[in-house]
Formats: sequence, C-alpha cells, structure tokens
Amino acid sequence: MLWVDKYRPKTLDQVLVHQDVAQNLKKLVTEQDCPHLLFYGPSGSGKKTLIMALLRQIFGSSAEKVKVENKTWKVDAGSRTIDLELTTLSSTNHVELNPSDAGFQDRYIVQEIIKEMAKNRPIDTKGKKGFKVLVLNEVDKLSREAQHSLRRTMEKYSAYCRLILCCNSSSKVSEAIRSRCLNVRINAPTEEQIVKVLEFIAKKERLQIPSGFAARIAEKSSRSLRRAILSFETCRVQQYPFTSNQIIPPMDWEEYIFEIASDIMKEQSPKRLYQVRHKLYELLVNCIPPEIILKRLLFELLKKLDAELKHEVCHWAAYYEHRMRLGQKAIFHLEAFVAKFMSIYKAFLIAAFG
Amino acid sequence: MAPVMQSSQPWVEKYRPKQVKDVAHQDEVVRVLTNTLETTSCPHMLFYGPPGTGKTTTALAIAHQLFGPELYKSRVLELNASDDRGINVVRTKIKDFAAVANALRRTMETYSKVTRFFFICNYISRIIEPLASRCAKFRFKPLSEEIMTSRILYICNEEGLNLDAEALSTLSSISQGDLRRAITYLQSAARLFGSSISSKDLISVSGVIPQEFVEALFAACKSGNFDLANKEVNNVIAEGYPVSQMFSQLFDVIVEADDLSDEQKARICRKLGEADKCLVDGADEYLQLLDVSGNTMRALCNMSEEFSY
Repeated sequence: MLWVDKYRPKTLDQVLVHQDVAQNLKKLVTEQDCPHLLFYGPSGSGKKTLIMALLRQIFGSSAEKVKVENKTWKVDAGSRTIDLELTTLSSTNHVELNPSDAGFQDRYIVQEIIKEMAKNRPIDTKGKKGFKVLVLNEVDKLSREAQHSLRRTMEKYSAYCRLILCCNSSSKVSEAIRSRCLNVRINAPTEEQIVKVLEFIAKKERLQIPSGFAARIAEKSSRSLRRAILSFETCRVQQYPFTSNQIIPPMDWEEYIFEIASDIMKEQSPKRLYQVRHKLYELLVNCIPPEIILKRLLFELLKKLDAELKHEVCHWAAYYEHRMRLGQKAIFHLEAFVAKFMSIYKAFLIAAFG
Repeated sequence: MAPVMQSSQPWVEKYRPKQVKDVAHQDEVVRVLTNTLETTSCPHMLFYGPPGTGKTTTALAIAHQLFGPELYKSRVLELNASDDRGINVVRTKIKDFAAVANALRRTMETYSKVTRFFFICNYISRIIEPLASRCAKFRFKPLSEEIMTSRILYICNEEGLNLDAEALSTLSSISQGDLRRAITYLQSAARLFGSSISSKDLISVSGVIPQEFVEALFAACKSGNFDLANKEVNNVIAEGYPVSQMFSQLFDVIVEADDLSDEQKARICRKLGEADKCLVDGADEYLQLLDVSGNTMRALCNMSEEFSY
C-alpha cells in the first residue's frame, strides 16, 4: 500500500492538517443533520480525506465498506431513452461518482441518480439519518446545463439526500449552487505542516530523517501534501538511509517540460518547432493534461526570462489556455503558444543584440 | 413529513413566506398581486430580478393562495431547469396538464378557465419579445439593508441566535441584497459556530476573501516587481480562494482608489472584464489571475499598454 493511502487519516480526530475544519465539521454533524456541502481547494490539500472522514463520522464504519459498481442508467429524455454507463462507488449510505465522466450527458445522470436515491431512502429504526449522501467529484467540470439542473433538484430532494460536492476551483461552480451549499474552503497545507506530516510518517515507519531533508521535500512539493508524501516514498526506495543532500527526483514529465523550455530558448526556428511538437505529443499521449503542460512550461520560461518579457509571455499563456478551452484539439494551442513565444523571443533578441 | 425531516430543512425553505402579503419589500408587486388575488382575474406573469429577491416565493405563494393546499398538487405544475426543459417536454407536459384542467373546467369554471403561466427569470433582456409581451411583467428589486436586517433579526429570534450589530451589517453587506444568500450564510454559520455568531465567522463561511490578501496582491502589483506578483498569485491559488471572487474584490479596491487616474482604472477594469469572461468559459484560474496582475502592474506603473515585441 502506498504511504499516501496507508497514512490517510480515517477519522476527523486523526487529521494532522485542517484540524479546525475537521472539528467544525464534527460539530456540524453531531445533530444527525447536515446541509449540502461544497469543498473546494487546490489538489492535494485534503478535500477527499476530509469527506471520507466526515462520512465515517456520520454513518460509522459502514461508510468504509464500499463496493464499485458499473451500472447502466436508463434515462428518459423526452422522445428517446439514453443508456449511460457510469462507475459508482457506493456503501449503504452513500454513493460517490464522477458526473463529468458522462460527458455532455452529465445532467441526466445527476438527476436520475438523485431521484433514484430519493425513491429508496434508508429508514432507520430510530427515525434518524433518513437521508443518503451523494458525493459528486469534479463539479467544476460539470456542464452549465448540469449545474442548472442540479440547483432545483437539490432543493426538491433535500429531505432525502445530501450532496457533498468537491471541486478545485469554485469559480467554475455556478453562483446558484454555491449559495445552496455550505462552502468549505480547504487551503493547501503550508510547508511547515507538510514537514510535520512527513516527520509523523517517518516516525511510524521508523525512519531516520536528517534535518532539512523533509523541508526540502516540502519546498519541492508546491504545497501539495499528496505529492510530498509520494516523493518522500520515492526517495525512500531510491536511497536509505537518507542523506541531507540527497537528490529529490522530479517527476519525469516535469523534466521533459524543462527540456522543452530550454530547447525553445536556445533556438527559434520552424525546425525546432517541429521537434517540440513531437515532445508535446509525447506528453499528451501520456495523459498529462494540456493546461498542466502549459502552466509548467510557463513556469520554466518565467524562471529564465527578462522582466519586461514576462508580462507578454504570461498574457499569451493565458490567451492560448483560454482558446484551448474553447477549442477541441489541445495540441494546436500548445503549439501556437510555443510559436508565439519563439517569435517574441526572437524579436527581443534581435532588438537587444542586433 | 416526519418532524425529524422538518428540522433538517434549510432555513431558506423553512422561512419562505407562505402568503403573498408576507413577501419582503416588494411593495408594488405585492399590491398588484393582492388585487389580482381578490378579483381572481389572473394574467400570465413574468417575474424578473436578481437572485434571492423573492420571485419563486411569490409565485409559489400565489399558487398556494389561489388553490389552497388540497388543490395545489393537481392544479399547479412546476417546471424548471432541474426538469428536463426541451421544447418537447414543455409541449407534452403542458398538454397533459391542460387536459386535466379541461376535465376540471366544468366544476372549477368560476375559479379559472385556462392555464396560467408564471415565468421566472433573472434577466428580462434574455426573454424573447413575443413571450414577454404576453405577460404582465413584475420587477423585483434588490432588497434594502433595513428589510434584510429585519428579516434576519426575525429568523435569529425564532432560532435563538445571538447576532451583534457588526455581524448584522457584515451579513447584509456580503450578501448584496440577496436574501437567500444571507439566510444561507446565517444558517451555515449557526451550524458551524453555534448560537453566537461574530462577523468573522460570517466572512469565513461566505467565501469572501479577507481584505489583507487583496491588499497584498494590489501592493505587489504597485511595486512593479513581476516575481513578487507571481508569488502573491500563487499564494491566492494555494489558499483556495475563488478567483472570480478575487476579481470582484480587486475591482472594488481599484474603483475606490483615490490615487489612480481614470485611464489607469479603465485599463484595469477592461482587463478584469475580459478575464472574467475567460473564467466563465472555463479558463485556468492561475493564468487568468496572473494575466490580470501583469496588466494591473503595467497600468499602475504607467508602462505601455502595447507589448513591445
């Protein structure tokens, strides 16, 4: 088992970061009642962990017995019926799914599942907990229509079903949904908090860590706890006992983007653009999301550029990322950015050095 | 419904006025509608106005008052975005519904002859003219501070909450005339922090960005140091604050700033508008905020608007 999973806190009392949030959540559900919740924050900040711990708090250990189901939903959409296949994770009291997997038909899925949950709601002998919980991931990727359709459904079935929504950027969640939920912001853990967690894991694993080593991992993790723990484990595999100046291996794709950045800084020509295209394809084939590639490339370029060029390059990065969102093929826009950069940089070099 | 369920109801639903005359603040609308109810001659209606001003509440209240609780189920059909809204559905459902109404017509002739439509929307400009011209239009205005305050105090009283004056004014300022939002914040805060609520608690549940973050970003832009601004942007993203919220708070800071020329303000605001559109299209938050910061910096430091290369 990876350390990330092994040391994931199981209950709200065990969490090491966001203790205040956890305590508030605990208070929130003591009355056997909870509002709709929206968790938002950057990735690796602990949203999922808190959600799972919260479910356990509400429903006890039965929330951990989850089964994976691959179910086909028959949805009646006016004149025709649509078959939608979707994987869900469910226990007796909750269902978890990724509605954006259903693509542009996501709005049917959300409605259908909530209606079905409302139909067979669990009846507790004590008359408590007469509701199920639906955990929806990546709500920021839901289409506008699906978000619109969610809002009245949330109100209508609020007696039978609670929604827990989880997303990275709450800007992309419509105002109507946000105003119907209790918003819980989960910020990325600070570097000191990451160090604390790493030291905790080291103690549990009986590892000796030299001073400063955990801090270096934390610094490289860009405040993502998941990433920090993963690279900590990688270091453990590569070399133990640790030395304080041990190399922390970067992710291969980051290395690759670093290469691309230095390539295009060195030479600006159609030939080089052609070579870069192959590398970009390589990254895309390996399922690195295009916006991540673009952001990382910008990050690498910003490290090397003159201040006056930074504004311009940032502007074009934002411009092409927006175009990428509107368009269909990411590669065009990535290449367009690279070409634009080459032209700007060449003009700059000519102006500066003749 | 079992009593247990009642307690888990959102306050927004619990304190939804049941009678037209109880609808807060919308005096003209209420007057016209009360007349309508007395004479029982009811035109098609179109309600428009910003969110949380009582449109749905009014429509539901009229329906309830017209038909009473027993007839309500058979006589009112509620269609909205959560039900699939294709043209087909609108046609078939209304046809079916009209058929029921037809069957009832003999006995109910004195009350209503045909189906009435209540349309509810946020922006009247997005409703096509032929539809709008067939309806009596009612504008719902944003609620004033006193009305909000009195409604909130009423709820606090009912729920046994303790709210000081500062928290009360914070609540009405962060909810910007949207009563539903105010009640939701209130309920969230009450659940998280218990019965006495301070203004800080309200800010933390509302998702408003603390002013020092906005000021820090603005100061970084003023300094003209791009790397500093980049660091602040990274910080905002890592803290998980919504960038759209950042834009609107940055906008307030800029509009109210005394030491900026009109041209500088215009440059920044134009960029904010463009970036907001991009966000709505689903663009990346980090890149957009960085672009806005770069632009703001250039405007503040009087750098050229055009790029040099």
